[in-house]
Order: sequence, then C-alpha cells, then structure tokens
Amino acid sequence: MAETVTVTGNERPKKKKKEHEFILTAKKLLKNKLAVIGLIIIILQVGMAIFAPMMTSHDPVKQNLAASELPIFSEGHWLGTDNYGRDVWSRIVFGSRISLVVGIVAVSLGLLGGVTLGLLGGYYKKLDGIIMRIVDLLFSFPGILLAMLIIAVLGTSLINVAIAISIWSIPACARIVRGSVLSIKEKEYIMAMKSVGASDLRIMFKHILPNCFAPIIVFATMRMATAILSTAALSYLGLGAQPPTPEWGAMISQGQAFMWSSPHLTIIPGIAIMLTVFAFNVVGDGLRDAIDPNMDV
Amino acid sequence: MAVLTEHEAEKLSNHKQVLLEVTGIRKYYPIRGGVLQRVQGNVKAVENVSLQLYEGESLGVVGESGCGKSTLGKAILGLEELTDGKIMFKGKEIQNLKKKEKLKFIKEMQMIFQDPFASLNPRQRIGHALEEVFTIHTNMSAKEKKNTVLDLLKEVGLKEEHYDRYPHEFSGGQRQRIGIARAICLNPSFIICDEAVSALDVSVQAQVLKLLKTLQAKYQLSYMFISHDLGVVRYFCDRVLVMYLGHTVELGSVEDLFNHPLHPYTQALLSAIPRPTVQKKRKRIRLEGDLPNPADPPGGCPFHTRCPIAQDKCKQEKPEWKEYGSDHFAACHFAGQSILA
Repeated sequence: MAETVTVTGNERPKKKKKEHEFILTAKKLLKNKLAVIGLIIIILQVGMAIFAPMMTSHDPVKQNLAASELPIFSEGHWLGTDNYGRDVWSRIVFGSRISLVVGIVAVSLGLLGGVTLGLLGGYYKKLDGIIMRIVDLLFSFPGILLAMLIIAVLGTSLINVAIAISIWSIPACARIVRGSVLSIKEKEYIMAMKSVGASDLRIMFKHILPNCFAPIIVFATMRMATAILSTAALSYLGLGAQPPTPEWGAMISQGQAFMWSSPHLTIIPGIAIMLTVFAFNVVGDGLRDAIDPNMDV
Repeated sequence: MAVLTEHEAEKLSNHKQVLLEVTGIRKYYPIRGGVLQRVQGNVKAVENVSLQLYEGESLGVVGESGCGKSTLGKAILGLEELTDGKIMFKGKEIQNLKKKEKLKFIKEMQMIFQDPFASLNPRQRIGHALEEVFTIHTNMSAKEKKNTVLDLLKEVGLKEEHYDRYPHEFSGGQRQRIGIARAICLNPSFIICDEAVSALDVSVQAQVLKLLKTLQAKYQLSYMFISHDLGVVRYFCDRVLVMYLGHTVELGSVEDLFNHPLHPYTQALLSAIPRPTVQKKRKRIRLEGDLPNPADPPGGCPFHTRCPIAQDKCKQEKPEWKEYGSDHFAACHFAGQSILA
C-alpha cells in the first residue's frame, strides 16, 4: 500500500501501514495453543448460551417423574435426568446463560469499582488512607456473609447476586491495583510525563493503568471462576437461582442428595464449571502475554 | 585569582543575560515516625542553594550520590515542591504557580532523565509518546503531529521507521535520543540533563554529548548538566557547581575550577579523576569516612567531618558563600588553601 501524505511542500512516502494494535494482539494470542483451546471453550459456551433453545429437545424445567434419575446415555436424555425427571443436558445448556451472565456482570462491576478505587488510592496519597480503610472494612466480612447481607438488602435475584459478588470482588481488586500503581508511579517515565506537563488524569489512565493490565487480567479471569462458584454457593444457600431455574451451582447442590445413586447429577455440572473456569484462566494468561509489547511470542 | 582566557572572557561577556535565578532554595523531606506519624525531623536534601544560570551556557552540577544534585534539578522544574526559596525564570517567579500558568513554563524548561530504560512508557510506541507532548500543549491535527514527530526523530539521529517501535526495541543510546527528542520538542530554552549520559557506554556517551552540543548551538539552549563524571563535565560545561550534602560548595568556570580549585572538597574530587600519565604518581587525596547523614548534618561547615584541613573554626561557624575571583564562588573558611600540603 503506497499511501502518501503531503507535508508542507515535501512528500513523504509512507511505508506499508502497520497493523492495528488489536489485530497484532489477536495474532499473538492465537499463537498460544492453550489460550486457543480456552477460547474455543468460551466461544462454544457463548454459542450454547445464545442458541440454547435450538440445542435441546427438552424443556429444562419440565418435570417428568416417570423418567427420574435416568443415567447418562439413556434414550432421549444423553446426559440422563435428575430426580424430577428433568433433562440434565437441557439444564446445563440453559444454565450456561446464567453462569456466564452473572460471571461477566459481577467481574465487570467489580473491576470498575476496584480499579477506580485502586487507581485513586495508589495515586493520591491523601485519598489512600480513606479508600484503604473502606477496603479493609469490606475485607473484614467473610465473602459469603457479605454477599448474603447484600442480597438480604437488595432481595433475591440473579442480578443482585451479580452485584453482591462484584462488591465482594472490589476490595481484592483495589488492593492489587493500588499495589501496582504504587510501584509504577515511582517509575521515571511517570516523572517524565509530569515534566512535560501531563495532567493527573492523563498519567493515571494513559500511563499507569495500561502498565497494571497484567495483574488486572489475571485477577479478572480468576475472579470469573470464583464468581461462577460463588453464584453456585449462593444458589446452594437458596439466595441465588431459585428453583426450578437451571443453574450449575444449584444443580450440584440439588444433586448432592443423590451422590450415590446418580453421581452424574453432581459430576456433570461440576465438569461444566471446571471447564469454564479453566477456559477463562488460560485465555486470561494468554491475553496477559499478548498485550505485553515486551513479549514476542 | 585565575586569569580568564580570551575565549572565556568573550563567553562571559556575551552570555551575561541571566536566564534562571535561584535564591536560597531548600528542599526538606520530612521524616515521620511514631504512632501518629508526626514529623520527627527532616532530610535536608537541598540546603540554601543560590545560583544564576546564563542564557546559552551549560552549567555542570557535580557531587557524590545523595548530595542533592537531582533534587535541585527536580525542584527547579517544579517536580518537587520547595520547602523554601525563590526561583526566577526569565524574570518571573515560577515556584508555586497554578497549574495553567505552570504549563507555559513547562514548555520553556525540560528535563532529560538518567535511565533511558525507565524513562519511556514500555507500552507506548515512541511515535505516540512524542506526539503526546504536542497533544498536551498544542492543538495540532493528528497529521501535523505525526510529521513533526518524524522530523524530530531525524533531528536527534533516529529514523522514520522508528516511529512505530516500542521502547524495548531500542538500545540505550537510541532511547536517550528519544528522551532528548521529548525534551526539545516544545522548543524550550532551558534543559536539565539529570545524569543524562551516565547510563550509557563511553562511545555512545560521546555521540549523545555531541548531539546535545549541536542542539545547543542550533536552538540557543541552556543546560544544567547534572553529573558525577568530572571528565564529561569538563568537556561539556562552561561553569561548574560543586555540591556537598545539599550545600553549594564551589561555583566557577571550568577553567578556574579545574585549575585552581578553592574548596578542599573540590580538590579531593578533582584528584579522583583518573588520568593516564607516565609522569610520577600524583598524590591522591582520600577522603575518610562516609557522607554524614543528611537528616542530622554536622554543625558548622558541613564538610568539616571529612576535611583534611578542618580546624576548630569549621566546627562552629558555617562558612559564607563568597566570591573569590571573577564569578568564582566558594564556601570555605580557608578557601584556596591546598590540602596536599
């Protein structure tokens, strides 16, 4: 591509246009085999969540007591049925909607709050004391108890579960971001930006934040896993998904009573959770390496 | 005292226009301790420093690590808040300015940093890093900025294709050139070089110094050249300021200071310059002891704990900052007395 740009009189031939940042990152990510596997799993799950009605022949909540506790590979129910005769495959497929949405919403909200607090606390020494004490306060509650408290105030619903989990994620995220900010803000390039007159906001968001991405991404993907597990835990306690809503955690807790007679009721949703957690972790790792310009994969 | 060479005299008479005047600046870092984080004392990084910098000159600032050279530079630029003192730049007071007014002065005063590996954001392409300076200070279009930056890269001896690279793809010398490009891009009149070449190889040092000289001639720049390398200072600077423990110890033209050092500390520093020679071994002055704790500086002359010619007077009285020759200042009760004797 031989584009030319006119420069006050003299012409300057432009070399082949550099690829866009995003494409470069994507290319780097695709070279990482493990990340590709994780990406495929996530894409499959998203597809599963979107096209759920087309992938199942059974209603996930319709009971059929005549066909309860069918083992896997039964006719018409390849993953069997639960104690109410509901198709496990349908419940897994529809459950992915809830798990993914709650996970993504919870992590995004948690990051939004945590990154903001962490940046402000790390950058402004005066705010640091106040913000970190608030964070300590949030930390002092056991996670599940805090989530229960929030849900008790907001009422039982899946969105409130997401909010509760996000609030629970804020302190850890704020701490991690603050730590990185504290070390990065002492770097000479931050001093250099100050010396050319860059504003605080510019320094925080253009120079400090991008250099904190590595720990933030790792945190986000790990938290994604925790969020799904916490949703399951809250559902187990009766605060998350209400029966008969299909939700992986709720499925495990309901299947627990039949561990010995029908182990697939706990194992299959367990595998679903595990695969999701694994996929998000490896993609997160790959992403962290891909966005680091110092890493040539 | 020292007789000025013709060249020197000419230089002085031509460049007598004061660009920057620093009067009695102090920078203390409070030491906090105890349960309530009360201030328990101060680290006196810069103590009562006054100096003048003329237009178009290079002023070297030398001294051991921790003597307050870098802090002095940062304080002048406003990167460190002053504890006390006054800074006049082009006849205007610039300390404690409001943000908006400060931006105007920032255009005039720039800094080149010590570590070329740490002074560039590792996640920013260097083209974008340089463009950002224009984004802050001008409202050029994206195209104008890009073209200016490409010209700038050439000016400091880099190539156009370097525009899209990340800092880690450059060598130390090239990175320092980028740092220089960032410092000169707003057409400043004064640049502080904070150990700008200390992190570089000797051959690269020479190239970078040459570039700095070329730019100085082209844009009538004044430099404040902070360094601990006396050889480089002798080659590069017109005048030299020697600092010890946050105090100014001696100030004079390169000729005067290197040939007729007045202060015993300067004499000791000069004797430490390695010189290849076949003549008889020169006597080397070795300073005993360590730099005193700047949080608890010795009374009287700050140098008396290590000074080979210190007497009782030095322990009690702080020596005055006095002019001993034309533009040759020192702070010593026994200025000019050789410590070799």
